[in-house]
Amino acid sequence: MNIGVFVCHCGSNIAGTVDTEAVAKAALGFREVVFATDTMYACSEPGQAGIVDAIKEYDLDGVVVASCTPRMHEATFRRTLERAGLNKYMFEMANIREHVSWVGKDKEANTRKAGELVHMAVEKLRRNDYLQAGEFEINKRVMVIGGGVAGIQAALDCADGGLEVILVEREPSIGGKMSKLDKTFPTVDCSSCILGPKMVDVAQHPNITLYTLSEVDSVKGFVGNFDVTVRRKAAYVDWDACTGCGECTTKCPSKKTPDRFNEFIGTTTAINIPFPQAIPKKASINADACIKLTKGKCGVCAKVCPTEAIRFDQQDELVTEQVGAIIAATGYDLFDFTKYGEYGGGRYPDVITSMQYERLLSASGPTEGHIKRPSDGAEPKDIVFIQCVGSRDKSIGRPYCSGFCCMYTAKQTILTKDHMPDSQSYVFYMDIRAPGKNYDEFTRRAMEEYGARYIRGRVSAIQPKNGRYLVKGADTLLGQQVEIEADLVVLAVGAEAAKGAGELAEKLRISYDPYGFFLEGHPKLKPVETNTAGIYLAGSCQGPKDIPSSVAQGDAAAAKVLALFSKDKLASDPQVSGVKLVRCIGCGKCESVCPFGAIEMIDFRGMTKASVIETVCQGCGVCTAACPQGAIQLSHFTDNQILAEVNTLCL
Amino acid sequence: MSLSYAYYPGCSGLGTSLEYDTSTRALCRSLGIELVEIPDWNCCGSTPAHAVDHLLSACLVGRNLGIADDMAEERKLDGIITPCPSCLKNLKTTQHRLADPEFHRKVELVVGRTLKAELPIKSVLQVVVEDLGIQALAKLVKEPLKGLKVVPYYGCIMVRPPQIMQFDDPENPMALDNLLAELGAEVLPFPLKTDCCGASLGTTRKDVIAKLSGRVLDAAEEAGADAIVTACPLCQMNLDMRQSQINRANHSGHNMPVFYYSQLAGLAAGQGETSTMLDKLCVSPRPLLAALAGHTGEGA
Ligand SMILES: Cc1cc2nc3c(=O)[nH]c(=O)nc-3n(C[C@H](O)[C@H](O)[C@H](O)COP(=O)(O)OP(=O)(O)OC[C@H]3O[C@@H](n4cnc5c(N)ncnc54)[C@H](O)[C@@H]3O)c2cc1C
Ligand code: SF4
Ligand code: SF4
Repeated sequence: MNIGVFVCHCGSNIAGTVDTEAVAKAALGFREVVFATDTMYACSEPGQAGIVDAIKEYDLDGVVVASCTPRMHEATFRRTLERAGLNKYMFEMANIREHVSWVGKDKEANTRKAGELVHMAVEKLRRNDYLQAGEFEINKRVMVIGGGVAGIQAALDCADGGLEVILVEREPSIGGKMSKLDKTFPTVDCSSCILGPKMVDVAQHPNITLYTLSEVDSVKGFVGNFDVTVRRKAAYVDWDACTGCGECTTKCPSKKTPDRFNEFIGTTTAINIPFPQAIPKKASINADACIKLTKGKCGVCAKVCPTEAIRFDQQDELVTEQVGAIIAATGYDLFDFTKYGEYGGGRYPDVITSMQYERLLSASGPTEGHIKRPSDGAEPKDIVFIQCVGSRDKSIGRPYCSGFCCMYTAKQTILTKDHMPDSQSYVFYMDIRAPGKNYDEFTRRAMEEYGARYIRGRVSAIQPKNGRYLVKGADTLLGQQVEIEADLVVLAVGAEAAKGAGELAEKLRISYDPYGFFLEGHPKLKPVETNTAGIYLAGSCQGPKDIPSSVAQGDAAAAKVLALFSKDKLASDPQVSGVKLVRCIGCGKCESVCPFGAIEMIDFRGMTKASVIETVCQGCGVCTAACPQGAIQLSHFTDNQILAEVNTLCL
Repeated sequence: MSLSYAYYPGCSGLGTSLEYDTSTRALCRSLGIELVEIPDWNCCGSTPAHAVDHLLSACLVGRNLGIADDMAEERKLDGIITPCPSCLKNLKTTQHRLADPEFHRKVELVVGRTLKAELPIKSVLQVVVEDLGIQALAKLVKEPLKGLKVVPYYGCIMVRPPQIMQFDDPENPMALDNLLAELGAEVLPFPLKTDCCGASLGTTRKDVIAKLSGRVLDAAEEAGADAIVTACPLCQMNLDMRQSQINRANHSGHNMPVFYYSQLAGLAAGQGETSTMLDKLCVSPRPLLAALAGHTGEGA
């Protein structure tokens, strides 16, 4: 075998603390290395051309590049090999940047270590096989999980692109948080006027199947061929029959049901349609509040329903859908404001959340758009807004910025002044984060044109006083304590991962950060992909995002799916496990450890043996470590190859 | 279950808050909690020492912890308790700081002995509410405090800082609320229950006390309370003894009795005014108690 070694300077990234020339020289002494050189930027066009030339000139069978992380460039160099006519798996990378030059300053030691890493790579390469990628068919349907604005956008784009889309939403209607908003920054246009038509498009699009009141139960398979089982929860109403006439909701006697859509300000009936623009516009029964379902009496809705749609005996239903790609767009939840005992959230009726305030502002909200205090229905005059409640606070485990609270608070002060010109808004803030287009102008308008008084500092406590609230805080610009008497306090609660996000991530086999937000494939270069092929992210499930960014990411995720589906077949990765049947004793250890469910036990001439489903296998190698027989081997990372590397280093 | 504790009365317990110490001992006796006073204890430095020098403060406390260590070798102890939150904070902070081996070594050097300092340290209130359980009070109550409207005042250090005190909710504690309700009193929600009364600034900055304690009195009045109930000798002193000073400074006219919870427990247990030392309070609770007795008399 003729091996060529290329040691990259990576500018001064590597050459600054590694003698790359010496490493190349040392490499010439390794077995079967016939050519070795150092090069300025191996990944650049001239760098790659150098590799192609060397392959031809020295009749190389394999190449080692000593440079940066394979996560970025392994694919690049493999393509280079292919261009020169070699099998692309005859390539090895030694990571002498992250593992050497970036972590040590001692040039002599670094040079020695870099040499050792190259030597290990050479020994592994000597045992590489010519692997061949297979091909498999893809199912060109896509599932979007979460029907907020991000999910809606992604679903519409995919559907317009000709794909069949299944949109799964766990609430009775799509729309997400945006459907609860009154107006939206920075243009202050009506939220439901811009979202409503899109929701209707979803309902009417021939390519979209909408499952609301549904959740993903399990996910099997791999890119191109996922089997997703969806649990359609009982609505206790036959939605094929229900026309959304609302007759039942006007007659239901259980009128004290907590109103989720209105953020528990106000009540609704046990059978209800969450809001006038709901999609689908169908009634569903809240089983906890329904008198018939809890006590066996009533049944009024069934009597009045003109289409006889009520089904008290309806059960959850499981449906399985085959799709080739999945977009997760499950959004966020709001911080539980009762965790700040000093603000009295949950104890004091007129200390409310920003989303509750949004419902008070909304013409379709519980007060028909009139701002009224929950305690006595009076119109408040002095309103204090407190930002960063559940954001940027390590003490409650939320050190991150929620991104949109500065902006929606400014919006709410503007709307407040519009509704009540003689009101006064005060905003306690830490600092204003308004980096979007037209955003800083917007917060300034709140202060300068709408007279909102901004006070930089946190609030220490809120105390009831004479039917109002004493808000005690600090003005850190004046260096003074301040106290403001308020009729209403609005807490700008931050965003946290949607409930159940972690469980969903595990079903989808994607990663999530310590707070439960889904992890993108690369923070800069793969913002909508995940580390699992075929699964994409859109909107706030990846981290708090405002509407423009959520929509943009929804578009991007759809574009990724359309690009994926532009081919009819996908190449499979040959770096997967394989079982040597003679050695396998059928103990099943590999099957039980495989995190991807890629191993099944089969009957082979009357004996139980393991078998790898190659398209599911992700090449993680856990099975090879678990097998007591050494019968299951990861191609490209066989025991022999790993041992050769270890021996090179240790013997 | 019988509980036995090394008891640290604190110096206010033998002076300005004799009535707190006496009624606390009486309460514990009737609840079956054995108190063994730490022999030859010294002042823990109270509120000023820790502000001046952490080592000094830890050494003053350390000596007492050492004596308690010796006691624990001789007999079974469930921990160290004190009625005073300020003493408690010093005891617990010192125990916390002694976890640092370097600091531990220094304190041992100054105190001149080895220290274990491993006994759990709690306030009497915490022991009654958590270890014994509030239900235990029910047996004690013979004359429920019917009709008495009170606000509970914890002061700022009974539950704070939470990492050290590890007792109840630091923003909205309920221990005292629940205890007083069990005694039969009507407990009103009190937003200022953990605000500061001004603490030891009474000697140097009376204006601060007038502002902070005045606010507590105003809020109690506004809440419609007949009386404030405290668990801290310093809070009690600022609100009770200085009430007329505060009235003068703020042009207010408060006449609000300020009880220790242990005194009210004694009253409910039928121990009578004298043994609960109600005569030690500056704002006399007599008219209030008389009115109550008259009221219940009429009702009955
Ligand atoms: C008070 C307030 C005011 C705001 N005002 C503005 C504004 O004026 N302008 C602006 O740009 N932004 C504003 N925002 C931010 C805006 O809400 C978000 O940008 C936007 O909602 C993000 O959309 P999304 O689709 O990513 O998430 P979401 O709106 O949260 O939608 C996610 C959807 O997924 C569903 N879901 C969750 N988990 C599952 C699951 N496991 N299975 C199935 N479905 C699931 C949810 O039910 C929901 O319908 C505001 C936010 C708040 C809190
Ligand atoms: S049966 Fe349930 S949902 Fe129907 S009207 Fe009665 S309470 Fe309402
Ligand atoms: S662990 Fe090894 S021996 Fe056991 S079934 Fe799997 S391949 Fe066969």
